[in-house]
Amino acid sequence: MSAAAAPWRLAAPALALFLGLVVAPLVMTVMLSFYDWGQYKGIVPTFTLKNWIEIFTDSYFLEVFLRTFRIALIVTVATILIGVPEAYILNRMSPAWRSAFLLVVIGPLLVSVVARTLGWALLFGSTGLVNQGLVKIGLIAEPLPFMFTETGVVVALTQVLVPFMVLAVWAALQKLDPQVENAAMSLGASRPAVWRRVILPQIVPGILSGAVIVFSLAASAFASPAIIGGRRLKVAATLAYDEFLNTLNWPLGAAVAVLLLLSLVAVVVGSNRLIERRYAPVFQ
Amino acid sequence: MKRNGPLSLLVHAAFVVFMLAPLLIVCVVAFTPEGFLSLPTRGPSLRWFRAILDYPEFLRAFRDSLWLAALSSTIAIAIAVPAALAIARHRFRGRDALTTLFMSPLMVPHVVLGIAFLRFFTQIGVSGTFVGLIASHVIVIFPFALRLVLASSFGIDQRIEHAAVSLGAEPATVFRRVTLPLILPGVVSGWLLAAINSFDEVTMTVFIASPSTITLPVRMFLYIQDNIDPLIAAVSACLIALTALLLFALDRLFGLDRLFVGAGKG
Repeated sequence: MSAAAAPWRLAAPALALFLGLVVAPLVMTVMLSFYDWGQYKGIVPTFTLKNWIEIFTDSYFLEVFLRTFRIALIVTVATILIGVPEAYILNRMSPAWRSAFLLVVIGPLLVSVVARTLGWALLFGSTGLVNQGLVKIGLIAEPLPFMFTETGVVVALTQVLVPFMVLAVWAALQKLDPQVENAAMSLGASRPAVWRRVILPQIVPGILSGAVIVFSLAASAFASPAIIGGRRLKVAATLAYDEFLNTLNWPLGAAVAVLLLLSLVAVVVGSNRLIERRYAPVFQ
Repeated sequence: MKRNGPLSLLVHAAFVVFMLAPLLIVCVVAFTPEGFLSLPTRGPSLRWFRAILDYPEFLRAFRDSLWLAALSSTIAIAIAVPAALAIARHRFRGRDALTTLFMSPLMVPHVVLGIAFLRFFTQIGVSGTFVGLIASHVIVIFPFALRLVLASSFGIDQRIEHAAVSLGAEPATVFRRVTLPLILPGVVSGWLLAAINSFDEVTMTVFIASPSTITLPVRMFLYIQDNIDPLIAAVSACLIALTALLLFALDRLFGLDRLFVGAGKG
């Protein structure tokens, strides 16, 4: 046994598992996206570009993918607007309060996303309690549209994903030296100036890495868009689900999934490159 | 460092409401005495919690979810420990590629994984089995297990192990008596995080669950697709209460900031 083989021997079980259960199924899914399918003939293992041509020419698919990435982008911006101030506030709390409120940030992460999305449906559904209450008080005549709207999906996903942003920004804030902030203050900088010129530049890498996580999770989210968006408001993930389990057109569903994977990998790898190039000194 | 001003505290209060309102409303509605979704204005009732007992599929799914979480996280951690030691202690060609491969389930959307597993399991004839469910969960939760074990293996002083070897300990003894105790915090928290993620997983599982092997979140998701009623609120409320208890225990045992915020530094 040579020393060079030692790490490979240790990693062998995991490597075998991943080759067999990740690489092989993904390769098979890519192949599946080139297979033919018919209502009566089922899946025919040939090579055809039919599914891919359909995805790129039928405007329905363009619409669904545009909606998916639009929602993901808005959710990312919303989590930045909510998560960055909250992380900053958390960081300035006394340790006792901070660990108490950390439960509020992390706790929901551990509750099934189904239960959390159900909460939004209960609050804002057409018979939802907020809507009923507002109608009863006479503030609004009609229930606010929430279910089956993009706004609803965005709100629910923001609540589901904002903890990732808070944690990422908080990790960056912890590396900050509070004395730098104090120095800027003592030199006469105003609060907004300290924020913009001292704190923000140092936590941008944290914000960006949080944004990458939130964006990719939002773009591939399934349960929240399925419950809030229903059958009418499709995103890429729910579309693939429909093709697989309702229409049973597996090759087309596989093509949708592969396209989602490829576009997300492109976004994540691209932005990581950008972050590393722009902020390389921060990481050293 | 300056304290938070009144404006900051107001923003903070709004954030807390935003985070907790959907969870609280579920718990409140679960206590309604009515047959439809409403606030329990006529006083709380346990009627819908009793109704859960009339739906054995929820209880069965809960039991299966617990087994699945326990088994898949145990397998994942057993495979993750040697892999983490290989990555933390050796410099070898392909090390970065290997790490990327092991972390890939975090990057590949769970929908895509679900589809890939469905296709693969159908092809090799294990679709709809509990074995297939466990195998897929091991993959999805592996990065969590690996990351936490990695974080605790980087800091180990290897001279302690060398000392044990020079005193005549067998490799198995060194691992059991020296290495494992040193990385134990990472192993325990990695196992926990993996188990929680397995228990909550819905997006991938919805593709490969079958009527005989279904998890609680998938069961709930399918139920909500048909209709939303106080029963599903009661089931969710139980889940939320259970998570709150677990969270409290974890915070007392490990400290949440160490478990989650430290996890990112692996």
